Amino acid sequence: MNAFLHQLLAGLASGGIYASVALALVMIYQATHHINFAQGEMAMFSTFIAWMLIQAGLPYWLAFIATVVLSFVLAAVVEFTVIRPMHDKPALSVVVVFIGLLVIFHSLAGWLFGYTIKQFPSPFPSDAWYGSAMMSAHEVGAIVVTLVVVVALFSFFRFTPLGLAMRAAAQNAASSRLVGINVGRMLMLGWGLAGAIGAVAGMMVAPVVFLDPHMMTGVLLYAFAGALIGGIDSPIGAVLGGFLVGVLENLIGTYVVGTELKLSVALVLIVGVLIVRPAGLLGRTVVTRV
Amino acid sequence: MSSILEVRGLRAAYGATRVLQGIDLDIADGEIVALLGANGAGKTTTLRALCQAMVSTEGSITLVGQRIDGRSTEQIAKLGVGHVPDGRGTFLGLTAEENLRLGAYARPSRAGAEADMERIYGYFPRLKERRAQQAGTLSGGEQQMLAIGRALMGKPKLLLLDEPSFGLAPLIVKDIFAIMRRINQEERVSILLVEQNAKLALDLADRAYLLETGRIVLSGPSNDIRRDDAVRRAYLGE
Repeated sequence: MNAFLHQLLAGLASGGIYASVALALVMIYQATHHINFAQGEMAMFSTFIAWMLIQAGLPYWLAFIATVVLSFVLAAVVEFTVIRPMHDKPALSVVVVFIGLLVIFHSLAGWLFGYTIKQFPSPFPSDAWYGSAMMSAHEVGAIVVTLVVVVALFSFFRFTPLGLAMRAAAQNAASSRLVGINVGRMLMLGWGLAGAIGAVAGMMVAPVVFLDPHMMTGVLLYAFAGALIGGIDSPIGAVLGGFLVGVLENLIGTYVVGTELKLSVALVLIVGVLIVRPAGLLGRTVVTRV
Repeated sequence: MSSILEVRGLRAAYGATRVLQGIDLDIADGEIVALLGANGAGKTTTLRALCQAMVSTEGSITLVGQRIDGRSTEQIAKLGVGHVPDGRGTFLGLTAEENLRLGAYARPSRAGAEADMERIYGYFPRLKERRAQQAGTLSGGEQQMLAIGRALMGKPKLLLLDEPSFGLAPLIVKDIFAIMRRINQEERVSILLVEQNAKLALDLADRAYLLETGRIVLSGPSNDIRRDDAVRRAYLGE
């Protein structure tokens, strides 16, 4: 029973990471109807930036904030230079650009920082949380950080005029321009936010899986599964889906298929959701009158 | 009366297809002007061209002494053109109140936005009842009111209305047109009204233009237009 509980809680901890990345995916999907396949590699690259800053002697939280800001700028620049020119191009061309970005960020990280596995510090104490054998302090901390990000983001979209304008731009670009919203700028902001969320996820997962250019490959797959389970157009669904995938991955990995086949759980979930309920748990089914 | 809008030689095209062949149009301060014409004459395109939205244009458009042709749609909105578009342009997934709030994006400062919202609820009490409801669940008439309210939230100098009667029950249309007259007087906003229902439009408007295949073929005070034989046969069904 104890072991089961331990697996469940560990699943929640990694689920928080998947939830963050899933949220970043959903944000860009809502605004542009594209899935950013490079989201994971951008998060990995951000984590390397954090590692570099910490190596340079910056205190952890200062490096954390600097990384979030730099990742925001980097993602916004990527949107402006690479994605914007593609806005009226066919979906497959855009997919190829995303794959290109994935390869570029992956190789750039390897070239700049090397492929050797690096340790990444956790801001939280390394011992167990209040003497509990169930969860480490880092796992608890990662969940808290995820929840803070989620709540901050929802408040931003729900309560600020800028957040409202971003939602409007994602929903109805033509109408948004008529009320004076610069839609291109909103997309850029959306990319920036997604990049910043990815950076937080990367810095939270790196102490567990260690830092190297392959770090986010698996995470991105689980995040995809999370976003699809929750519904690719539902931010709340993405967060719930992310946590759910984290728990399922751990439990099924431990009790059913073994750790070696854990990643295939994500793939089975993706295929399963697409067959049984393509809109996801909270996603909207688009009905079109003909 | 000073000029709000002055349009000279306006041409507009969707890609290679030219729809407007060069039109002149004037609206004075406080005026309600109707733009009449059959399907496909270029009425909606004229409104889009004034906002530089979705069409490419040539010719000059001057809003209160300032050239706006060549500017972006969002800049034109901020300069004081409120557009109630074809199809109403509702943000279906947002609440009615959020739709109104978005309208305030076009104004220079948010000061007074809350008071303006209350005044708009005064014109359209139905919207106040449904303020927290998803806009997509509102009826056609309510969405039309919402679109007008959204445009008013931007404190426009000129309101462009694209077929406000489209698809609505006659009683609701009558209500909306009565409120348009109040808005014109109380908000001191000039109105350019595009309408297929010529009778309704001529009753509301001070002056009218008749558009046929991208050209203005007739213009003048509403009373004169109403008496024109061709208009009576083709548009008033008399």
